[in-house]
Amino acid sequence: MKTDKKRGMQTIALSNPPVLAGWATIVGPKEGESPWQNYYDKILSDYMFEEDTFEKAESKILRETIKLVVNKNNLQLDDIEVFLSGDLLNQTVSSNYAARELEIPYLGLYGACSTMAESLVLASMLVDGGFYNKVIAAACSHHYSAERQFRFPVEQGVQSNPTNQWTATAAGALIVENTGIGPYITNLTVGKVVDMGQADIADMGSAMAPAAVATIKQHFADLNIPSDYYDLVITGDLGSFGMAIAEQLFIKEGIVPQPNYTDCGAIFFDKKQKVNAGASGCGCAAAMLCGPLLNMMKIGKINKLLLVATGALMSPITSFQGESIPAIAHAVAIEN
Amino acid sequence: MGPLLNAFLTGGGLCLIGQLIINLTDAKVTPSHILVGYITTGAILSGLGLYQPLVDFGGAGATIPLSGFGHLLAQGSLKAVETSGLLGAIKGGVEAGAAGITAAIVFGYLAAVIFNPRG
Amino acid sequence: MSEVNDVTKDALKKINVKEYGNLVKEMKPKRALIPDLIWAFVIGGLICLVAQFIQNQFIINGVSILDARASTAIIMIFLAALATGLGIYDILGERAGAGTIVPITGFANVIVASAMEFKKEGYVFGVGAKIFNVAGPTLVFGIVTAMLIGLIKFFLIS
Repeated sequence: MKTDKKRGMQTIALSNPPVLAGWATIVGPKEGESPWQNYYDKILSDYMFEEDTFEKAESKILRETIKLVVNKNNLQLDDIEVFLSGDLLNQTVSSNYAARELEIPYLGLYGACSTMAESLVLASMLVDGGFYNKVIAAACSHHYSAERQFRFPVEQGVQSNPTNQWTATAAGALIVENTGIGPYITNLTVGKVVDMGQADIADMGSAMAPAAVATIKQHFADLNIPSDYYDLVITGDLGSFGMAIAEQLFIKEGIVPQPNYTDCGAIFFDKKQKVNAGASGCGCAAAMLCGPLLNMMKIGKINKLLLVATGALMSPITSFQGESIPAIAHAVAIEN
Repeated sequence: MGPLLNAFLTGGGLCLIGQLIINLTDAKVTPSHILVGYITTGAILSGLGLYQPLVDFGGAGATIPLSGFGHLLAQGSLKAVETSGLLGAIKGGVEAGAAGITAAIVFGYLAAVIFNPRG
Repeated sequence: MSEVNDVTKDALKKINVKEYGNLVKEMKPKRALIPDLIWAFVIGGLICLVAQFIQNQFIINGVSILDARASTAIIMIFLAALATGLGIYDILGERAGAGTIVPITGFANVIVASAMEFKKEGYVFGVGAKIFNVAGPTLVFGIVTAMLIGLIKFFLIS
């Protein structure tokens, strides 16, 4: 039994494509030095954001981004019927505590760095299904709160690897509405968890690349569209090495989205910013989407975009136990 | 100049071995593994009588690396066995390393009280 | 179900885990070995040279060799704690690698860095509990090994 919205195995074609009515993003200081700085709404001058812990700062970044997107659209917080958000911290506390202040009905999500796509997938389904008219989808991450949860203490002298990625300090929030003007969300592909046995926590890119490629391939097959259909196919945070691996897999799989393929993590920072393989974290795909990408869609520089946010779903505990890294990727097609 | 040069060469050499291990394992060996590995190896070599010659040659170049700390603990334990028997094996190691351990805890705690991590 | 095209399963069949592992291994960028080794050797050597210099001063002033060694270690630990607090040690460590891990200053660095990191969780469950996060295993293995060596000697002489 297939519904009238389901296409193929994993893809949903939305019958009343929801509108992306507004978007906003706030990024950290280092992130604000990147080539994309003019596309961000606000660049923080320090990582604490006037709070006394990194966790509180992260939550505040998310909260302020949501307030910002509501303001930009001349709405009140009460106009938002539900918001969906997630982050990297245990029990998704940044989103939980942001929700405490905002007093908007809230659904917390965990999809690691794929959270922006996950929240967007669910938000557009809720709107397309007629359950809500105005929904916010959001995601955030903070470099220093993530470092202390996943890696070494900040002041410990540890050498970095060329495959290391810098968790972005950033939040992005989008308003998804049932009617209006703006880019539309047309198709969604919900990814499967793919684990190709990679266990190197200093190299998330090669753990996530197969998941991204599987979802992209499934998306094209389910919709039966050519692989050059989109102006841009952009993965979440594979980084420059993960992106190189993904390109190899594309060739093996016989799909060639090049030259219209790139990766948010690989282009998020300038090479001069010394971040090894690039950026990662929920905030990476969130800020790229809510900053440069959607603004380029607005002026018609990009008309058909496929965002494939990728997430590595391990925890420090499973890593210590020697488990490999399971990865996921969800695809969201946004068209003018 | 002799002792200083020997300390430089011995200490540098011990660090070079550690770096070689890190690079050849693609950093799967973390700093924690290096510290654990050096203290344990130092203690074992010391027990076999192989570390003392390195200390005689390299001075601080052999005692400052963590393998030297393992040597200190092992020698403490061995000496205490001679005077206190079985009890010596239990108390000797920590007794010998007490200065370093206490200094690390006290300075560590103080630094945490005074300084904040950057960001 | 015939029109349904489940490519994910095909994809996984086409590239098996082992093949993928080889592809990743082949392509993975590595740190340049020779500069890393030189940095580790030089910085690690210099730290030990400074320690030797300090130790010599103690000995010149008539301190016994064992006390001179212990006092030198305390001074080196203090310097490392200060450099960690000021945010210098990790910058040096990024370049020097094992050169700043292997000396006792590296041991002091992990203790201070862990303690500082968890300050916000309070002085008991934060600083107090986490101070040995990384250095704890080192002491556990060092102390247990030393005791075993003592025990072996005890049974050999008795």
